[in-house]
Amino acid sequence: MNNLVELKNVNFAYETRSVLKGLNMKIPKGKVVAIMGGSGCGKTTLLRLIGGQIRATQGEVNVAGQNVGQLNRDAMYDLRRRMGMLFQFGALFTDLSVYENVAFQMREHTDLPEEIIRDLVLMKLHAVGLRGARDLMPSELSGGMARRVALARAIALDPMLIMYDEPFAGLDPISLGVTGNLIRRLNDALGATSIVVTHDVQESLKIVDYVYFMSEGVIVAQGTAEEMKKSDIPYVHQFVWGEMDGPVPFHYEMNKTYAEDMGLDHA
Amino acid sequence: MLDHLLRPLRNIGHRVVNSIWRLGYASRFFLMTLLKSGTSFARFSLIMREIYFSGVLSLIIILVSGLFVGMVLGLQGYETLQKYGSEEALGTLVSLSLVRELGPVVAALLFASRAGSAITAEIGLMKATEQIAAMEMMAVDPIARIIGPRFWGGVLSMPLLAAMFSAIGVFGGYLVGVVLIGVDDGAFWSQMQANVDFRNDILNGVIKSVVFGVAVTAIAVFEGYDAPPTAEGVSGATTRTVVMSSLAVLGLDFILTAFMFRGM
Ligand SMILES: Nc1ncnc2c1ncn2[C@@H]1O[C@H](COP(=O)(O)OP(=O)(O)OP(=O)(O)O)[C@@H](O)[C@H]1O
Ligand SMILES: [Mg+2]
Repeated sequence: MNNLVELKNVNFAYETRSVLKGLNMKIPKGKVVAIMGGSGCGKTTLLRLIGGQIRATQGEVNVAGQNVGQLNRDAMYDLRRRMGMLFQFGALFTDLSVYENVAFQMREHTDLPEEIIRDLVLMKLHAVGLRGARDLMPSELSGGMARRVALARAIALDPMLIMYDEPFAGLDPISLGVTGNLIRRLNDALGATSIVVTHDVQESLKIVDYVYFMSEGVIVAQGTAEEMKKSDIPYVHQFVWGEMDGPVPFHYEMNKTYAEDMGLDHA
Repeated sequence: MLDHLLRPLRNIGHRVVNSIWRLGYASRFFLMTLLKSGTSFARFSLIMREIYFSGVLSLIIILVSGLFVGMVLGLQGYETLQKYGSEEALGTLVSLSLVRELGPVVAALLFASRAGSAITAEIGLMKATEQIAAMEMMAVDPIARIIGPRFWGGVLSMPLLAAMFSAIGVFGGYLVGVVLIGVDDGAFWSQMQANVDFRNDILNGVIKSVVFGVAVTAIAVFEGYDAPPTAEGVSGATTRTVVMSSLAVLGLDFILTAFMFRGM
């Protein structure tokens, strides 16, 4: 049992649109694993499957030895208490201050006295550099600040599994590096396991142990960060070097050519 | 040809099945809210907060409307009563109209458009911005934490608002009838005291306002929770809350009145 998360032949479809197709993935305990892939290839969907918010139409999602798709509500909630998730758009509670957002789970799940909650909250906020923003409301934060508060909230209860959906989006170069290091340090300090969904190849390759490349619902390449940097697999190459043309399509799937769509095919 | 004829039929069938499904879903949602109320009440500060947002912030509109409705009742009532030479019954007329009907009904309609729509919009936006999903991921039940307090906050506010509406309405009637027109002060109050019955009038009015409170807030929280997570979805749900709960209030009022004041 060396893998905290294991996906076996997972299929998933929203209504009729098939998003994940026979996905296999292993996330070893204690590692930071990146999942990369083009926009709309199913990365957020994958995290939602692991968090048990949606169920696989086929296959198994195992977290800490439990099949997430088969858990009842109480068992699922027990499991989720040990997970932290950074949502792609932050999802801060708009009716609570920054401080209360971070304190939320402590208040809901523990009986800690107020002084200890205060210390913990300030510690988490300090880690993301926003101790001074504790009294602001989410509407008073910039996009990047909101994301960092969401990060502090995700790690509030020192989870065993932390999932980050696009932690680097909307950050300036300084926060970018700091956040990358923070993800790595938190993982090692908490003895946690992290899954980082990201487009930021350069930044994430600096901090992760292992990388999965996804395209159209399947894994197209995987390996350690070192292997990926040197890789000449076309998918990986295109990503690492940010080329528009290559095996990863930039356009959402279509059955007409551009010329046909513009009515130019008869000309 | 046959297909052409069958299509409208199929559409109707589809709609019927859909509405029944939605009704079932709403009932289950309502039941869950009630079952999890224990958790909501265990943290009464959450309910207090919602009483503030739904109740206290609706107070101004309730008081102003109540005053005007009472004043109009005073004018109209005097007009009619003086034809039969019984102006001193004005107190009875004003207070009975308010306590039995106008208090609960008008307060509930105002409450639906002021507080109900706000509840729907807030919950709908929370859903659209993934706050509800985030809460579920933190192993906190959104029905107990978000829906329950808002529901009970509304249900507890409604009878109080209706009572204040009636009270200030009676005062409005007094202002117009006694102070302005000159109906006898003592007759106004003593007739009212003699003819308004606690059980038949006041208690029934309270029952009405409780039922309306449950209906309006249940619709408001459900519409918010069920709203499609988009801007149009939330605005559509907000409109539906006001329309549906207003209709529900008027419909329920007829049913309740038929049971309560039959043969009196
Ligand atoms: N709620 C939904 N209903 C229907 N289809 C959806 C839904 N959410 C996502 N999809 C579809 O599923 C596919 C994968 O979506 P997903 O959000 O997982 O992509 P992603 O890899 O996270 O993309 P991005 O990097 O842009 O966030 C997309 O093509 C999208 O159209
Ligand atoms: Mg995504």
